[in-house]
Amino acid sequence: MDPELTELAERAQNEQNRPNGHIAKMTARKVDVFYGDKQALFAVDLDVSDRSVTSLIGPSGCGKSTFLRCLNRMNDVIDICRVDGTIKLQEDNIYEKTIDPVQLRARVGMVFQKPNPFPKSIFENVAYGPKIHGMATSKSELEDVVENSLIKAGLFNEVKDRLYEPGTGLSGGQQQRLCIARAIAVSPEVILMDEPCSALDPIATAKIEELIDELKENFCIVIVTHSMQQAARVSQKTAFFHLGKLVEEGETNQIFTNPVDQRTQDYITGRFG
Amino acid sequence: MEQQDISTRHTSKKAKVRLAKRYAFERRFKMFGILAILISAAALMTLVYTIAVKVAGVFTENYIVLDVQYDEKIIDPSGERKTENFELSAFRKLVRTTLRENFSYVPGGRQAFPLYRLLSDAAILEVRKHIQANPELIGSTEKFPLLADDVTNLYLKGYYGTLEKLPSFGVAQPVGTSDTIEVFVQSNSLNVILQAKKDFMAKEIRRLNRQVRAQQRGIDEFNKRILAAETDQREQDIAKFKREVQTYTSRRDALQKEVSDLKLRIKALGGEAALNKDIASFFLKINGGMVKVNKISPDRIEGVVYRPLNSDAPAQEGQWELLVNSKPENDRKISDQQIAWIEKLKEQGKIKEIGNWRFLTANFSREAEQAGVWGAVAGSFWTMMITLLLAFPIGVTAAIYLEEFAPKNWFTNLIEVNINNLAAVPSIIFGLLGLAFVIGVMGVGRSTPLSGGIVLALMTLPTIIIAARAAIKAVPPSIREAALGIGASKNQAVFHHVLPLAMPGILTGTIIGMAQALGETAPLLMIGMNAFVVDTPTWFTDTATAMPVQIFLMADFPETAFQMKTSAAIIVLLLFLVVMNAVAIFLRQRFERKW
Repeated sequence: MDPELTELAERAQNEQNRPNGHIAKMTARKVDVFYGDKQALFAVDLDVSDRSVTSLIGPSGCGKSTFLRCLNRMNDVIDICRVDGTIKLQEDNIYEKTIDPVQLRARVGMVFQKPNPFPKSIFENVAYGPKIHGMATSKSELEDVVENSLIKAGLFNEVKDRLYEPGTGLSGGQQQRLCIARAIAVSPEVILMDEPCSALDPIATAKIEELIDELKENFCIVIVTHSMQQAARVSQKTAFFHLGKLVEEGETNQIFTNPVDQRTQDYITGRFG
Repeated sequence: MEQQDISTRHTSKKAKVRLAKRYAFERRFKMFGILAILISAAALMTLVYTIAVKVAGVFTENYIVLDVQYDEKIIDPSGERKTENFELSAFRKLVRTTLRENFSYVPGGRQAFPLYRLLSDAAILEVRKHIQANPELIGSTEKFPLLADDVTNLYLKGYYGTLEKLPSFGVAQPVGTSDTIEVFVQSNSLNVILQAKKDFMAKEIRRLNRQVRAQQRGIDEFNKRILAAETDQREQDIAKFKREVQTYTSRRDALQKEVSDLKLRIKALGGEAALNKDIASFFLKINGGMVKVNKISPDRIEGVVYRPLNSDAPAQEGQWELLVNSKPENDRKISDQQIAWIEKLKEQGKIKEIGNWRFLTANFSREAEQAGVWGAVAGSFWTMMITLLLAFPIGVTAAIYLEEFAPKNWFTNLIEVNINNLAAVPSIIFGLLGLAFVIGVMGVGRSTPLSGGIVLALMTLPTIIIAARAAIKAVPPSIREAALGIGASKNQAVFHHVLPLAMPGILTGTIIGMAQALGETAPLLMIGMNAFVVDTPTWFTDTATAMPVQIFLMADFPETAFQMKTSAAIIVLLLFLVVMNAVAIFLRQRFERKW
């Protein structure tokens, strides 16, 4: 079947299923994070809605990245890090013993601040996830998955002639889109993005933002950003972190036009941060 | 501090002095750097030069090609052609007979031994091997290249002096053709020899005079001590010192007498002089024969015939030659007699010089001309195989575990510190460990590549672990995160992504460790790999030796030829290392990926 047709069909299906109010895809309750003795997050309660973009903003060191990394247990990699509280992905508490972090990360994908493609070919970069998760049994199936992912990431037309050249040979923006393609190739439910545009020029940034806008039709996206304009442009919901505490969260419009908390007000008007 | 005008802060005189000091320091530092490089370059050049000079004698070897008659009566008197029963002694007899045929004037028995010594024992073995392979040749005659002895070989390459022609005029008239003869020469050609003798004696007088002065100093010293002892009235000491003065005086007088004798003899040289083995050897080539000069007077020489003359007819100018080997007979391993024989063979075109493949293909031997390095090369190869097979997987997995999986606590810190310390442990300790544990407890055979390889693997392990850990640490964490972020397990992240990126560094470290192991001697000595091994090891459990140990053993032999072969073996070892480094560079480039 034509991939574009498939996509259109999918999108139509999704629009139908889309409820009026946002369903919470992930819910965090009383999340405390400690690095050794130092507490980095204090009792964070946050709901992340499905099929929309939630942006986390705040000054450097406020804990927004830490919170993001709690959502797919990337903090497990750090020995001294300890997470208390509950985070649920739909009905599953992801910090429960029955949940395997490896499996979780397939459901909650991640895109990092600096584009980090594997030093392998473009094809292998995208194919790696499906391969290790056994999502494609034959070569042609794998090729389909790779092609679809690259199309979804808006990169296919630019790289279709050099799929077998190293992914590190692409430009910064292309590399970041390759990383997004790599993340969506394993069909995650949630995509976490940790300042995905901070290393990119404005044109590449615009492309990524466009892409995020398209992707939210199918995925739940959480994005950490330093740029308030970006948060305003791409997200439907915004959460403001300050000194490890979730200060305020709500509809993006409301946060940027009519914040409740004084600190939010100060931050978005540029008094600190 | 005093207020200063800001605009002059960096332009004042003081500032300029400070700047000049900074530059001076930089210049000094650069100079020391260049000096250090020059010194090391000079040291390296000296090493290369010494090795290159010595190794020149190893590239070729000499054969004496003679018509060998494979006499059935000698080789196989029974006529049964049982090749495995062919006695070595029979072939020794065959080769000796062949030599004697070429030098019929050499008397047999003991006096022929120097002649036999022109050839290596390998010649006998090779003739036997040839006949065992081709028994149908028995009864026929064939030109066979017989390997020359190392001394013969070195003479042919000019290491024991060469025969040079001296100007020879006038007619020479021999009296007699064999044994001791006289030759009268009607010119002043022989003055050269007389002069050489005089020079030698003058040198001898200088040497003796130095000794006389040394004895005199002894006398003076003890006279002084006697005076001192007399003032202190130490009777015992006085007596002792007087005895010392007496001994010194008698020695001095004896030396002085020698000097005056020598002086008298120089004066008397107008008449006649005898030549000894401490001055250059002079030869006369006349009427197809060769005479060694023993006594000389201005118009006459007396000498021993080393090759008989055809006749005692007078030889016209240009038909006889005066030759000199300026290296005195006492300073070389080859006698004048042997030189005469070799020169004869050379004239007959029976000497053949060919490339010395034997050095690379033969095993060790106590005979310098037969010794090769192949056995050691094979031994090193098997040892290195074991070392690589043990050290590489163990080292890399240990590094991966420590770097990626192990919790960071006091215990892993302790392990880390100990691994780093282990890299600095003297290799001989590993040899002791090998002796006690590998051979003693594990029961691995002594002197085998297996035991050597295990010991060297233990020695190489810390190097590999440290290098591998550094390489793994150098892989950017973003790659690990990328893999983990799409749901790869820790194992998959490490083996699919981190390890391939760390491979170039790991391989470099491994090759450095292996190169170190290849050149290691001490631990191998401890576990008996310095055995004298004659067979090429073909498996891990065969008795073997290794290249550096072989070099060590070779260097112990006093023969010049062995010294040369030591240098050649060092070059082989260096080539080994160059090849290993080339492999390292190749692998590094092959695995290197940019990110």
